[in-house]
Amino acid sequence: MTDALLSVRNLRVEFPTRRGVLTAIDDVSFDIMPGEVLGVVGESGAGKSLTGAAIIGLLEPPGRIAGGEIMLKGQRIDNLGAEAMRRIRGKRIGMVFQDPLTSLNPLYTVAQQLIETIRTHADISEAEARKRAVALLDRVGIPAAARRIDDYPHHFSGGMRQRVVIALALCAEPELVIADEPTTALDVSVQSQIIDLIKEICAERGAAVMLITHDMGVIAETADRVAVLYSGRVAEIGPVTQVITAPEHPYTVGLMGSIPTLTQDHARLVAIPGAMPRLNAIPQGCAFNPRCERAFDRCFAARPEPLPRGDRRQVACWLYDAVAPAAEEKANV
Amino acid sequence: MSDALLKVENLTRYFDVSKPWLNRMLEREDKQFLTAVADVNFEIKRGETFALVGESGSGKSTIAKMVVGLLGASDGTIEFDGHKMTGTAGAEMRDLRRRFQMIFQDPFASLNPRWRVGDIIAEPIHTFGLLKGAEVSNRVGELLDTVGLSAKDAEKFPHEFSGGQRQRIAIARALSSKPEFIVCDEPTSALDVSVQAQILNLMKDLQDEMGLTYLFISHDLSVVRHMANRIGVLYLGRLVEVADGKRLFSEPQHPYTRMLLDAVPDLALSGRRRKPVEGEIPNPISPPPGCAFHPRCPLVMPRCKVEAPVQVPTPTGRAACFALEKQPA
Ligand SMILES: Nc1ncnc2c1ncn2[C@@H]1O[C@H](COP(=O)(O)OP(=O)(O)O)[C@@H](O)[C@H]1O
Ligand SMILES: Nc1ncnc2c1ncn2[C@@H]1O[C@H](COP(=O)(O)OP(=O)(O)O)[C@@H](O)[C@H]1O
Ligand code: SF4
Ligand code: SF4
Ligand SMILES: [Mg+2]
Ligand SMILES: [Mg+2]
Repeated sequence: MTDALLSVRNLRVEFPTRRGVLTAIDDVSFDIMPGEVLGVVGESGAGKSLTGAAIIGLLEPPGRIAGGEIMLKGQRIDNLGAEAMRRIRGKRIGMVFQDPLTSLNPLYTVAQQLIETIRTHADISEAEARKRAVALLDRVGIPAAARRIDDYPHHFSGGMRQRVVIALALCAEPELVIADEPTTALDVSVQSQIIDLIKEICAERGAAVMLITHDMGVIAETADRVAVLYSGRVAEIGPVTQVITAPEHPYTVGLMGSIPTLTQDHARLVAIPGAMPRLNAIPQGCAFNPRCERAFDRCFAARPEPLPRGDRRQVACWLYDAVAPAAEEKANV
Repeated sequence: MSDALLKVENLTRYFDVSKPWLNRMLEREDKQFLTAVADVNFEIKRGETFALVGESGSGKSTIAKMVVGLLGASDGTIEFDGHKMTGTAGAEMRDLRRRFQMIFQDPFASLNPRWRVGDIIAEPIHTFGLLKGAEVSNRVGELLDTVGLSAKDAEKFPHEFSGGQRQRIAIARALSSKPEFIVCDEPTSALDVSVQAQILNLMKDLQDEMGLTYLFISHDLSVVRHMANRIGVLYLGRLVEVADGKRLFSEPQHPYTRMLLDAVPDLALSGRRRKPVEGEIPNPISPPPGCAFHPRCPLVMPRCKVEAPVQVPTPTGRAACFALEKQPA
């Protein structure tokens, strides 16, 4: 087995507030292998964006990493200084956000931004950098790239802007691209173009992808493995086909049943009762217990740790613990 | 047809998007108009769910607002249960207005934050003078119960509820005037999927119990497939295809419908290699001449660039496309 490119261990992110400390990410661990696409899925507020922001050192204060380690090729990056982290962000980890305008400076042309980024990370002439930038824009599907490169971001449509951002994220040949809801703001017919592009271009360059989205369909078509987040914890993680066709965590089971599909008929959808708790009201034990049909006494007393389920799959649920079945039977009589 | 509860004919809406007068004079520009909805026709039968699906900007909300009278039409007619909506006034209009309601996408914006939930729900009851005194609060309690909340919630304010619960409140409010017809504009688009499922189930249950008729609007094809008996597909304000619910997905006719279906990522894990989708939606202020879809259409013919296709019958409904005219009926 190859070594992980990115390794997140027991990550904890907190927000100190006047009424006490809120824990938004609670003991999250996962790996991303070189060249792998890891999907991170979950409802809004599950902690997807914070996980991404913690990895790239862009947590907004007062948010802070309060525990755990983040390692890039075995080197710790969660404790680096601002300058060292900035270099990693441009060079080794590329980023694509939901709103392309967060990554682009409206006052500079696309050429200026691409050339500057390329030259910060590679010792080449301006002319050479420009040539690379044009080739990259062409690769991400900007028509007439050699001419359009001198336009400002607002001259591009939403879909084209996101292509420019992808070019910007990839121009320093990063090992990992973190894409946070990269298609959520785009039209349906453009979304698939952008997802395909991210997937293809990262595969071409051997970059791994952490694809954050609330859209299980996007994960199904794109990811190798998927991590399902719930209330700042990993509920289930594993190969995407296994998790989608045979989900094990009761939350994942409910989630999959609640999504209408284009091919199957259901008179009713499976609806998980209630809603994900707010950060100041996460229940004791398993965070999913108020909504879980299968909850038993142990779920209210102790928090389930991720339990290994076969090769590269983990499920954080007491149902899959060796002592659980007995306890469950007792609870049911 | 007598069983049509709603009949929309040649519905059209322009928006004046001109720059201010002085700028136009200085820059020597003409007035600019955006056609948000162009010549749209459909009928909704009593008790059915008719869906409109389309990407953002395709005119869905504009149609919804015209249907419920929040926005005037530039052209065309809307008929509710045989009554023309334009030209009807006074008591007759008031009675018509009671019979249809609307649910919006954003349950945060559509509920007045300073009102108690009970007052929000009772508002249509007062507007139409349906009940008085203690009957009102009893009815509010019943409605809260119907949508899965509790009578006690009437005392609370909207901010005390989650997004899904707020949409339940919006539904209770819509139901309070005992309408027959509800226009739902992206009712679950702001919600997470597990909560969306609760709301979609609730809407189906209410329809079964009360015989409601829905105009259901969404950009999400799988949601539309789950909810609708018949579906209309919009592109740049034009209705390109209308088809029986599930058959729109198994036998899409219009090239745009096919492209949209190819574009949607699905859970089926069928491994189907999607056809790459071409291009983006053009600017609605200057849509392409002829068939508005022609710059992106794989079947485009010379005729498509100069002439606008009209609706022709298809095996599953009707569609506006020259390529379909050639097919044997
Ligand atoms: N600046 C902040 N202050 C307090 N809470 C925050 C802040 N940013 C995010 N959160 C909370 O952290 C949780 C996770 O947020 P986020 O990672 O953005 O979720 P997701 O991306 O999965 O929708 C949410 O409950 C959110 O309200
Ligand atoms: N009040 C308005 N003034 C100008 N243009 C508008 C107005 N309302 C909607 N539009 C335009 O009309 C088109 C259709 O909008 P809308 O009906 O909101 O679409 P949808 O609901 O399908 O996203 C869009 O191009 C939109 O920008
Ligand atoms: S640990 Fe218990 S409450 Fe949590 S998901 Fe498993 S069965 Fe449900
Ligand atoms: S009319 Fe022509 S351009 Fe329009 S959808 Fe049909 S074939 Fe394509
Ligand atoms: Mg997010
Ligand atoms: Mg709309």
